[in-house]
Amino acid sequence: MNAFRGFVIKEFKQIYRDKRTLVVLFGMPVIMMILFGFAIRNEIQNAEIAVLDLSKDSMTEELIQKIASNPSFSITHYLQAYSEVEPLFQQGNVKAVLIFDQDFEQKVIKYSSADIQMVTDATDPNMARLLQGYASSIIRDYSGDLSPEASAGRTGLTADIRMMYNPELRSVNLFVPGLIAVILMLISALMTSISITREKEMGNMEILLVSPLKPYQIIIGKIIPYLILSLINVCTILILAIFIFDVPFEGSYLLFFAESILFILTALSLGVFISAVANNQQTAMMVSLTGLLLPTILLSGFIFPVSSMPFPLQMISHIIPAKWFLIIVRSIMLKGGGISILWFQTTVLVGITLLFMGLSMKKFNVRLQ
Amino acid sequence: MRTIKFILQKEFLQIFRNRAMLPILFVLPVIQLLVLSFAATYELKEASFSLIDYDQSSLSRELAAQFQATGYFSLDHETFHIEEALRELEAGDVNMIMTIPENFSRDYSLGNAVSIQMLIDAVDGTKAGMIQSYGSSIIQDFNKNHILDIQLISQVSSQTLSQSQIELVPTNWYNPDLDYVTFMVPGILVILISMIGLFLSGMNIVREKEIGTIEQLNVTPIKKIHFITGKIVPFWIIGMFDLVIGLALARYGFQIPFLGSLTLILFVAGIYLIVIQSLGLFISTVTGTQQQAMFIAWFIMVVFILMGGLFTPIESMPAWAQDLTLANPVAWFIKIMRMVLLKGAGWQEIQHMVLLLIGMGVLFYGVAINRYKKTS
Repeated sequence: MNAFRGFVIKEFKQIYRDKRTLVVLFGMPVIMMILFGFAIRNEIQNAEIAVLDLSKDSMTEELIQKIASNPSFSITHYLQAYSEVEPLFQQGNVKAVLIFDQDFEQKVIKYSSADIQMVTDATDPNMARLLQGYASSIIRDYSGDLSPEASAGRTGLTADIRMMYNPELRSVNLFVPGLIAVILMLISALMTSISITREKEMGNMEILLVSPLKPYQIIIGKIIPYLILSLINVCTILILAIFIFDVPFEGSYLLFFAESILFILTALSLGVFISAVANNQQTAMMVSLTGLLLPTILLSGFIFPVSSMPFPLQMISHIIPAKWFLIIVRSIMLKGGGISILWFQTTVLVGITLLFMGLSMKKFNVRLQ
Repeated sequence: MRTIKFILQKEFLQIFRNRAMLPILFVLPVIQLLVLSFAATYELKEASFSLIDYDQSSLSRELAAQFQATGYFSLDHETFHIEEALRELEAGDVNMIMTIPENFSRDYSLGNAVSIQMLIDAVDGTKAGMIQSYGSSIIQDFNKNHILDIQLISQVSSQTLSQSQIELVPTNWYNPDLDYVTFMVPGILVILISMIGLFLSGMNIVREKEIGTIEQLNVTPIKKIHFITGKIVPFWIIGMFDLVIGLALARYGFQIPFLGSLTLILFVAGIYLIVIQSLGLFISTVTGTQQQAMFIAWFIMVVFILMGGLFTPIESMPAWAQDLTLANPVAWFIKIMRMVLLKGAGWQEIQHMVLLLIGMGVLFYGVAINRYKKTS
């Protein structure tokens, strides 16, 4: 036991002496939270659009005014001819062009119907769709204002839509759990995998193996410091989320920390497993990068909903630990979900952890012979 | 020149001797491009809902059927108890509860304003937004289909109803089907070659430091500039090779239209790779261990990716964050790729961005050479 304590102390010292990594280690979650808390959002503001007004009457002017005053749009160009549209799109900043045909007002008065053409740069399909949605609701409002009798006795069906648990659809509420997952993967999985392969590459592993320490003690000694570091980071993120970004926290803190520790263990076991199969740091790094970082960002539901993915990918996403952790954290933070709801996701995480711990123990022992 | 040749020889030998790295360098990017491109989509595939239908009329059933007929919504089950439905919503079994009020059919036919309630689980906000917009458009269609019946019964004169209809007619250029894969593939390709470039070069020099072989190189008459150049070229070739494979896959596998010039893309990619790899070598020269180097490189990469406009549009960021992306080479190259491939932009439209990339390249390259010390 004494030898084990000594080994853990050595690991801690090794980490704390590396000041540069420490700065990144503790600075990174803060920077990421601030950057992404403010910068990543899905709603669109001030999208640059252009207007081609061939009619130039009071009605088009009024409509353009309405659109210009909407925070979603900012009109940057006033075009004179249709041929100017394409070069403008080619430059890439203008996302849509609104085109009013000649005699727009007259058409509205005479035939009580007129069309506005909206040409979008649909290279970004989501943006194109959103902009069309914004514009058509502005125009619908205007159209309703024109004929008050019709809109006063407005008939037909409307939907009373309520967003449960996250009424304002704030992006930050959604990204915080994802960020926790990414940062924990980064610290726990990447750092452990590199730290163990490093001992191999430097030849220190031989020394460790001939020491009285048992293999499992070596592994546990390697992961304890990172477990603690990860927990500190979870606290930092949580404090930032609650006090700076006003992210609601409905559920139990105890459960949250228990699940976080579980996820850290999952990530650590992945890291240990990678280091057991990789022989040098470079390989360990590339494997954790491509096998962990990208799937954690893309396949976990962090940004893109899992249910929108094609079926085979949904299957793959089931083996991504971050997916389950994300469901758990979102549920605890936003819905106040308890273990009675989350038992299944928790079991899956426990299963993945045990699987990889077992695999790496086995691999590690094999190397001894 | 001859010195560079020898360094190149050594580097290539080293790369190809590491058997574990070869599949990572050449096979994994292809798999990732295939997998990740399909993962990144904002299209609604299937949302399940509970239905609370207090009306139980043919009209309410028609409405529910119309939701299901689109293929986006699937009816999980029907109930009359809101508590039961809410429990399911909380457990995440359904994404939405739709409540149709009593007398829905009667009021609707009379031409009164009626509203149904949709409670959407907004924990996944992206999906909630999609459910909202798909749902609203289904309801619009429903109204359109029934407007004539209502007019007949309620005697609302068709004149008032149809007065001043201004319609928005959308036209989607460059991607008329609003296909997401087309949008994502060029961006993901950029990410893949950036990662390979940044991480390989980032680990390279520091590895020699850690193993101690850097001493042997330092006592040779190699000039600093030759050393850095010799380190960049092999990875540059690998990066370009991966890019070409990726582009071929994009063109023939994903059927992405290549509107612009391929030569232009390759030219910009060449510059871009130098930028990324110089940055990697810079990290490598200032760090002491591979672990440090990797950790910093990972951190930078995550920031570059999430601020690169790949997943969330740069235009939605606040102004200060948009200014920050000016220094993000990944954002520039993604933008150039999309513009050239999908919109057919030429040199004229992208030259300012390319110049900026060249500027970054010169800066990082210079700094990397400057930071590399032959004395320890």
